[in-house]
Amino acid sequence: MSEEQIKNLEEQFEARILRDDKIEPKDWMPEKYRQTHIRQISQHAHSEIVGMLPEGNWITRAPSLRRKVALLAKVQDEGGHGLYLYSAAETLGISRDEMFDQLHTGKAKYSSIFNYPALTWADMGAIGWLVDGAAIINQVALCGTSYGPYARAMVRICKEESFHQRQGYEIMLKLANGAPEQKDMAQDALNRFWWPSLMMFGPKDDESPHTAQSMKWKLKRKTNDDLRQQFIDQTVPQADILGLTIPDPDLKWNEAKQGYDFGEIDWDEFWQVVKGHGPCNKERMKARVNAWENGAWVRDAAMAYADKKSELKNKQAV
Amino acid sequence: MKNENLYNYILGIADNNLILGQRLGELCGHGPTLETDIACTNISLDLLGQVRSFYQYAAKIAGDGRKEDDIAMLRKERDYLNVLLVEQPNTDFGYTIARQFLFDVYHFLMLTELEKSQDLTLSAIATKSLKEVSYHKRFSSDWIKRLGDGTSESHDRIQMAINDLWTYTDELFHQTEADKVMVAEGIGVDVTKLKDDYYNQVGNILEEATLEIPERKYFQKGGKQGIHTEHLGYLLAELQYMQRAYPNMEW
Repeated sequence: MSEEQIKNLEEQFEARILRDDKIEPKDWMPEKYRQTHIRQISQHAHSEIVGMLPEGNWITRAPSLRRKVALLAKVQDEGGHGLYLYSAAETLGISRDEMFDQLHTGKAKYSSIFNYPALTWADMGAIGWLVDGAAIINQVALCGTSYGPYARAMVRICKEESFHQRQGYEIMLKLANGAPEQKDMAQDALNRFWWPSLMMFGPKDDESPHTAQSMKWKLKRKTNDDLRQQFIDQTVPQADILGLTIPDPDLKWNEAKQGYDFGEIDWDEFWQVVKGHGPCNKERMKARVNAWENGAWVRDAAMAYADKKSELKNKQAV
Repeated sequence: MKNENLYNYILGIADNNLILGQRLGELCGHGPTLETDIACTNISLDLLGQVRSFYQYAAKIAGDGRKEDDIAMLRKERDYLNVLLVEQPNTDFGYTIARQFLFDVYHFLMLTELEKSQDLTLSAIATKSLKEVSYHKRFSSDWIKRLGDGTSESHDRIQMAINDLWTYTDELFHQTEADKVMVAEGIGVDVTKLKDDYYNQVGNILEEATLEIPERKYFQKGGKQGIHTEHLGYLLAELQYMQRAYPNMEW
């Protein structure tokens, strides 16, 4: 293809995005678009399956059968989200095995929030309320993204996530209205998860290298700082209803901007965790790698069995 | 308690679900593939859903103010009536599947009979559960075949798991005192009558999976009398942790 032709295709492509057309797997797309989407969708899929670990660790200790069943269902949903997202990424020409390999070797990232430990039952509430709450704000914006398979996966995921968030908030509500020990547990969870939740929106706009390109492709529809502000404005009144205190002495309503001012995020901590040195980065990766390595003989058996069966079928057909 | 036999009979069924559901819950996020991970979680979810119906009914029968969670989480080790099979650990995926398969075949046969119970609540729970358990049985049977007739490594591993767990199968068909009374009243299932069918079905699948049917003269028992393997204590420690550490609270 000549440079002229490529330029033409690129122009048509940009025009389609501008018109809000969906880009589908078989459509022509610039290589950078493909790579950026593989990166973001696989990162999102990895976040879902690594995210199963901190909550999965409370399934056996959930305080009631009702909570145990709800938590199992939630973690199962996350596995399901991982599945659709890996499938969406596969439409761009990468295999699930390759994506796992990128995760296991540290080449691919996942959301840093899952590198924080889930220490008490209240963390199941805080994760649902804050972490899923922050994720929804990011994800609702993605339902309108330009890549069709990703946008459609997001529509379904958002519905389930909003259910998870309500479930998390309901856990917090029960604790906040319970015995003093329960309320303390809830406050402690909020104290530990508040700042990491704000970090989920990524670096400040002026330090976010991909923002401009991602906005153009509608892979992002609002900037990190805008989304973070939206999250804070929506969450503070929810904390008020719980009677819990947001652990930020600088948090204050700003009448002029019709939003909250808030304190400085500890960006050193953010980069430390992103670079692999958070409290649980090593454990999370070890758990994923172990599951993969210990499961190799099972996957090999399934492949061998499927081969035998299809061989048999072919023989019978002859 | 007015109807202690019925109460004990219900626990004898439901404790199996609780303990197996708890065991499967340990695996969430650690499966060999995302699909099997989701499937095992799903089975756990079904079993625990069934447990809730059984315990809610048992709580009503007990009539002493206890609720489903008290029954699930506040009994002592010796008061759990599950069979030894379901409390065995998740040694590897082979053991997980072998345990599931050896239980599912029994579970399906038992529920099929329980559906005919004179007790309408038990019959209704059985009807609902059967749909779920027929899926569990298909899932575990398919994996027995895949592992048995997959690679030589998977063949050896699943054979070892079947051999090790076989010793816990006979107990499934032991009758307790509560069982006998409930069978006489047309409420309970006579598990002794399920035995031949069970070993036939299990044998057929093992054969299809190119696996040997273990020859055993000696079997382990005790779960139905609350005499368990050492594994159960640790499982209960996790299961009961919150209820013990924070008594009398709502969650």
